[in-house]
Amino acid sequence: MKHSKKYIAVMTFLNIVFAVIILIPILYCFNVSMMDMKEIYSGSFWPSGLSLENYKKALELAPFFTFIKNSLIVSIATTAGQVITGALAAYAFSMMKFRGKNILFMIMLATMMIPSQAIIIANYLTIAQWGLKDTYAALILPNVAAAFAVFNMRQAFLQLPMEIKEAADIDGCTNFKFFYKVALPLIKPSIGALGIYVFLQSWNYYLWPLLVTDTVNMRTVQIGLGMLQGAESTDFRPVMAGSMIILLPSIIAFIAGQKQLISGLTSGSVKG
Amino acid sequence: MNQRHKIFKTIEPYLYLVPALVFFALFVFWPFGKTLRLSFAMTTPLGEVAKYVGIDNYIQIFSDKEFLKSLLISFEFAAMMVVFSMVIGFVLAIVSNEKIRGKSLFRTVYALPMAISAAAASVVFMFIFHSSLGILNKTLGTTIGWLTDPKWALISVTIVSVWMNIGMNYIYLTAALQGVPQELYESAAMEGAGFFQKHKNVTIPCISPTLFFLLIINVINALQAYAQFKMMTQGGPSNSTNVIVYEIYQEAFINSRFGVACAESIVLFVILIILTALQFKLEKKVTY
Repeated sequence: MKHSKKYIAVMTFLNIVFAVIILIPILYCFNVSMMDMKEIYSGSFWPSGLSLENYKKALELAPFFTFIKNSLIVSIATTAGQVITGALAAYAFSMMKFRGKNILFMIMLATMMIPSQAIIIANYLTIAQWGLKDTYAALILPNVAAAFAVFNMRQAFLQLPMEIKEAADIDGCTNFKFFYKVALPLIKPSIGALGIYVFLQSWNYYLWPLLVTDTVNMRTVQIGLGMLQGAESTDFRPVMAGSMIILLPSIIAFIAGQKQLISGLTSGSVKG
Repeated sequence: MNQRHKIFKTIEPYLYLVPALVFFALFVFWPFGKTLRLSFAMTTPLGEVAKYVGIDNYIQIFSDKEFLKSLLISFEFAAMMVVFSMVIGFVLAIVSNEKIRGKSLFRTVYALPMAISAAAASVVFMFIFHSSLGILNKTLGTTIGWLTDPKWALISVTIVSVWMNIGMNYIYLTAALQGVPQELYESAAMEGAGFFQKHKNVTIPCISPTLFFLLIINVINALQAYAQFKMMTQGGPSNSTNVIVYEIYQEAFINSRFGVACAESIVLFVILIILTALQFKLEKKVTY
């Protein structure tokens, strides 16, 4: 359909305005992280220059590198866990025939109906009883499997042509070999999308790490930022610098993977 | 050998399911059962059952004004958040679906808030909302205590939450728009439909399944929101932002009343299940 030049110009203008509005919080965060105290009091939007002063202060106030290390370990392990448990289960659900398949699939989907916030106390008590508080295990274990991952990867496997599986069966290829050597490589894009999604989600977890960690050494980036904010109630600049530090990895991961991420998230869930 | 091979073939599929099922059993189904069990109990400060008290915890929470108020606040928050984040997501999806230059850049920007953590968004907006130094009051020339005035606190936290949720709504709605058949727009244009009519009569009916899907997801997310409340207002001022998950957290980890907190969790669970079921029913009826 053709539109007039005026129509396109109006739409372009609207997009620019909206994009700026959406970006303001992030831009402002960056600006404040570069300001000196005088600029804060004068209420200016732009800093007069670039300085890493506030970043240095943020790193002095809280061990951000420890937080980043912890968050990386937890997020990578969680991502690997969900991809592995999800791929295995999804493979069985999509490529194999067995008794009770539908019921087992429903059971897995039922976990989506139980919101994590409704069972977080019980999970906390379990972890505490096992003596796992303040360990990586506590941060990782409850999120090693997720119904979303199973569901998402099942969609991906279902899109593979069944003929290759039949041909492999005739050739006497074992299931596991087919899974590992053929099926997994074929759904790499979906794995990438799911991986980025789980990583982002896990990097951004707040309540669970808050509950199961007590010592500064085990805190994750999100909790660390909260600590910094609590410690610095008068000067916001190091807190903004801290925010920029923890935002950077998620923004990079998002931009790098957005195409796959978006198509992976929306395929199968959107009927039109 | 053949016999063993046969047995292996029969059990093999289940082996693939074991890892996921073990984790679901340990960290979803078992804790769900435990939450249900504890909701009928008085607990020790360590969260063990001291004695079973039947439905006492439920009677207690439903006669507790604070709890009922927290439900109301949660619904108010969810309603505002769903409306604004879906409307904004829809508008952004429409304007960026046109044939304009820099389209992919706009798409990245609109989806970007998805990647921002609640903790980071909270601290940034805390400064934006700061009553004396914040840019919002300076721009408006006001001295409103955005986070300290009970009239404004919930609205302020809603603004942050809407901003964080726009990205998700945007990407689902954009995907849905691409599925709308172009011919429908062409025939609408032939009938002389304007911009608003076109979207009202063609776009919205066509993407209604996605709208309903998003409605569920948004409500479920909103009712589970926690981090922004903990960071920005701690449920205050004078409990005006004491949403249900914050209330549950308080009962469990500040007051050590795990039984009561579990009863509140079960209420949250029931609300979410009812909403989901309702949405599925509506979806079947209303879909065009």
